[in-house]
Amino acid sequence: MSSQIPAFIIVVPLLAALVVNIAGWARRSLCFPTAVCALAAAWISTIIVMLRVSREGDIIYRMAGWDPPWGISWHIDHLNALILILIATVALINIVATRSTAAQEFPDRLGIFYCLYLLFVTGVMGIVITGDVFNLYVLLEIASLSGYALLGMGGSRASVSSLNYLFMGTIGASLYLFGTGYLYIATGSLNMVDIASILPTLENISLIKVSFVLCLVGLFMKMAFFPLHTWLPNAYSHAPGPSASLIAPLTTKVMLYVMIRVALTIYQPDFAFSQMALQDIVVWLAVIAIISGSILAWKQDRLKRMLAYIIVVEVGYMAGGFWLGNQTGVTGAVLHIVNDAMMTLCLFLTAGAIASRINADAFKHLQGLFRRMPFTMTAFMVAALSIIGVPPTCGFFSKWYLLSGGIEAGHYEFTAALIISSLINVLLFFRVVEISYYEPFDNHQENEQQGIQEASLDMLLPLLATAGLLIVLGFYAHSLVTWIIEPAVSSLFTGSL
Amino acid sequence: MEELTTLVMAKYNYWGVVILLGIGLYAMIAKNNLVKKIIGMNIFQTAIILFYISISTKYGASIPIIHHGHGHTIHPADYMNPLPHVLMLTAIVVSVATLGVALALAVRIYNHHDTLEEDEVLSQLTTDESTQA
Repeated sequence: MSSQIPAFIIVVPLLAALVVNIAGWARRSLCFPTAVCALAAAWISTIIVMLRVSREGDIIYRMAGWDPPWGISWHIDHLNALILILIATVALINIVATRSTAAQEFPDRLGIFYCLYLLFVTGVMGIVITGDVFNLYVLLEIASLSGYALLGMGGSRASVSSLNYLFMGTIGASLYLFGTGYLYIATGSLNMVDIASILPTLENISLIKVSFVLCLVGLFMKMAFFPLHTWLPNAYSHAPGPSASLIAPLTTKVMLYVMIRVALTIYQPDFAFSQMALQDIVVWLAVIAIISGSILAWKQDRLKRMLAYIIVVEVGYMAGGFWLGNQTGVTGAVLHIVNDAMMTLCLFLTAGAIASRINADAFKHLQGLFRRMPFTMTAFMVAALSIIGVPPTCGFFSKWYLLSGGIEAGHYEFTAALIISSLINVLLFFRVVEISYYEPFDNHQENEQQGIQEASLDMLLPLLATAGLLIVLGFYAHSLVTWIIEPAVSSLFTGSL
Repeated sequence: MEELTTLVMAKYNYWGVVILLGIGLYAMIAKNNLVKKIIGMNIFQTAIILFYISISTKYGASIPIIHHGHGHTIHPADYMNPLPHVLMLTAIVVSVATLGVALALAVRIYNHHDTLEEDEVLSQLTTDESTQA
């Protein structure tokens, strides 16, 4: 029984998605409890899997008992186990925090909303857990398709942005599939570990290079790496709140994980970093992503759009940190995946809480918000400090690893870009704080409602918990790195998978 | 010239894939009508399906159905590779689902704006925004 735990991570949300859809017709009040129970079960499974991995080493789960490379196997090491916990945590916090908003926004489509929610979680969990490149494509499309539907559930503006995202995302996924095809021509296998063992024996290097570049461009598109980020700001800022705060923290981070997995497990660090000679190009692209993303974020006059551009900047941090090609940089990138998912969740939940009270997110409507929503804005401040990189919040530690990785690799332009973007982040967030703290709340049409008007408790508690987690992650950053991330990264670099 | 002809003729399946990819990409980028963009997306996906199918064939091989069962030696060269076909069966399902989601979004857009031309939709959205502000 306990050997089947990894399967629960995927199967429970998948089955629950079907149940919730039926419950949406029969009895709508059952939707939310079912979804929460399924996600809680998946969360517990991920914790058990993590404990087992740290005790006994990698888990190889054979789907239906078929041995790899014939069957599809799931390969769980420290890295996936960590990302699985991250996904389950984000999904669980978000579903609790957005319960009332979801009930308000989709009163007659609650079953469909939670069904898509669970399917999305199934998809991203599957992407992370699988050890098969084609299986990864299928799960990627499951996650993406439910993501398009979730993002398109708002008004017509959301549909237009979501359709745009669908076009870009489909090209990205198709390019990944194309690259996988070349990989299959070269090796005749689809199992990651099997491909990794065959690739070094091959003569035809150009074929492998083509497959690598195709996969990489596809993944860049999916993770919104500059200049392929154009779909992201519209899709995330026009989407309904509950969908945005689920998808914004997870999609880009999971795609970064896939990039790390593909580059280091399948192609091996030696090929990805030294033979491809892509490092300088990608690090420079990351520098441009960071700087131009920060400038674009500064030009926005709406909270959610600013946050969307900050995601573009953060993707630049992580992709650049990974392509520095040394262990410090990759450690920083993995730690930042964890931290950034939590920070993004915290920021989007704040945006959702604000939207639930003042129903607008233009900066000029945020006046006096600190007095009206002190707790929400405190959580916002914690997330802002973390994005800027102020200790003891978690953002500082990952940024520190990224900075030292940049210096170690001699990519001083990356280090400089990190520092400049931190400074721009200070400006970005303190503009919001200035408006919401110092400017009085008067020339607004609802000026008769003074005093504290906090968001409802079921929204506020998860939000404060997330903000607390940002600080806890900061305090335990060192143990997180030594216990989980360092074994993960060093096994990726030595290729012991 | 002769070299080029042999290059094209010997790998005509790949050229077909590349041309289809180009058509699909062109339609997605250059066309203004949302349904034409969706068709372009479908052509793009189909090109990759064609690519997979074409790599599974072998000269002189037959379909991978083994009649005589046990007791006979089986030469892999006699049969086409069935695996890419199976993979593409899944990819076709995925592309149908993508098409469904895309068309559903297009229907929503059409219901709201009474048009599927992208520039008209976008201009309606910007006028909405300016009236709101």
